[in-house]
Amino acid sequence: MTTHITRRRVGGRVPLVLFVPALLGLAFLVVPLVGLLAQAPWSTLPSRLFSVEVGQALRLSLLCASAATVICLLLGVPLAWLLARAELPGRGLIRALVTVPLVLPPVVGGVALLLVLGRRGLIGEHLDLWFGISLPFTTAAVIVAEAFVAMPFLVISVEGALRAADPRYEEAAATLGAGRWLTFRRVTLPSIAPGIVAGSVLCWARALGEFGATITFAGNLPGRTTTMPLAVYLALETDPDVAVVLSIVLLAVSVIVLACLRERWIGALR
Amino acid sequence: MLRRTVAGALAIVVLTLAGCGDDSPAATTEVTGPVTVFAAASLTGTFTRLGKDFEDAHPGVKVVFNFAGSSALAQQINQGAPADVFASAAPKNLDQVTGKGTATTFAKNRLEIAVPKGNPGKITGLADFTDANRKIALCAEQVPCGAATKKVFEAAQLTPQPDSLEQDVKAALTKVTLGEVDAALVYKTDVLSAKQKVEGIEFPESGKAINTYPIVTLTNSRNPTTAQAFVDFVLSPKAQETLTQAGFETP
Repeated sequence: MTTHITRRRVGGRVPLVLFVPALLGLAFLVVPLVGLLAQAPWSTLPSRLFSVEVGQALRLSLLCASAATVICLLLGVPLAWLLARAELPGRGLIRALVTVPLVLPPVVGGVALLLVLGRRGLIGEHLDLWFGISLPFTTAAVIVAEAFVAMPFLVISVEGALRAADPRYEEAAATLGAGRWLTFRRVTLPSIAPGIVAGSVLCWARALGEFGATITFAGNLPGRTTTMPLAVYLALETDPDVAVVLSIVLLAVSVIVLACLRERWIGALR
Repeated sequence: MLRRTVAGALAIVVLTLAGCGDDSPAATTEVTGPVTVFAAASLTGTFTRLGKDFEDAHPGVKVVFNFAGSSALAQQINQGAPADVFASAAPKNLDQVTGKGTATTFAKNRLEIAVPKGNPGKITGLADFTDANRKIALCAEQVPCGAATKKVFEAAQLTPQPDSLEQDVKAALTKVTLGEVDAALVYKTDVLSAKQKVEGIEFPESGKAINTYPIVTLTNSRNPTTAQAFVDFVLSPKAQETLTQAGFETP
């Protein structure tokens, strides 16, 4: 399915007009990180690092962010396909609705989730009454909150990839007798794989750093709902040094994971 | 122009009343201009009102508030945030701040049990907080209301079974107003602020953890006269009455 376009660098020097703002942009993103590293209490770092709480919070963060990403993939890719390919009335409105979690302050998102899935929520009330399921204050609630906030990143990336993909391959598959589902699986999906990976990476990263919706919808209980960002926030209340250490751990783990993923997946797909 | 004249006249009156014989230029001793007040989140409603009252009493003054958790505010001030006055929910956070005047306690607050209207969890006292089957929200130990919570449970010799340790008292209150928990421990002022949706239950151990609120002017203030005037206003009988109405106790 590869299109065999050789990527060549455009000749000549990088124009200053692009280079200077690019450099500034990079500095803008990286300098706060440098501040964090400069402030870190390096001498006591190892002893702070290997506490039970840190391990627990980190494990929970990785688990929940990954589970949230899987949910986003299962629901988000079909949604992106619908937005990009299907004949849909009011598509513009639907697309705008998809981005709601992006503009909503996460804490408000958390309250909204409580109003729907909480014990007295629109759906949550019945879940509680009929099945005895109460979502808030559980690990599942963390995953739900993270998926809610992170899904738009995946949908937008995948939809972009679908729009950029050449629809003629799908048409060709259709003329050869493939149904829509077969075409989707064997033609569409492989051609947008890089977009899906990029979207998943964004989605996972957003879920990993999620704070507001999580603490509002899932609460904060060590071992059950305390993810790294929540632990960082509370550490900041008493011991900013610990907060810095926790932030660095979270950063290091996410950078390592993301770098590996890029190398392995996106690299292989090129 | 008129506004300025009035402000000037008022400043003279205030200075005369204060018995201030200082001859420094009026520009630095006038009660006028903007004053930035960093105040604990639990003061949001009350201080917003006090700010309006203060502005009414001193035309030309503009009170700007920054409400957040006391420890976050202390950090912001130490990192150079432009604050004139700091009103903290705990003396501990005030101690963290460098470059300040003498602190005065202006209010006290105590914990109360908050339950959703109608008390669906049938909570009667602190002992119900040890029931794992009830949904309970408490403040995390790291924040002032959590420290107070720890004290009252120690005094009552009970081990609570919380479902969530909230990052501030308003978050704990939200869980009650939405009916997500059967009970939470919040301040008396919080119960009053949400009285349409929340009922309060007093308990004797609350006397073991009374929270005191200190207020102070900061040495870096660019408007020290107005800053001091605001602090004096908060300590005045009129402001104290507003605080009492909101559920605070006077020092």
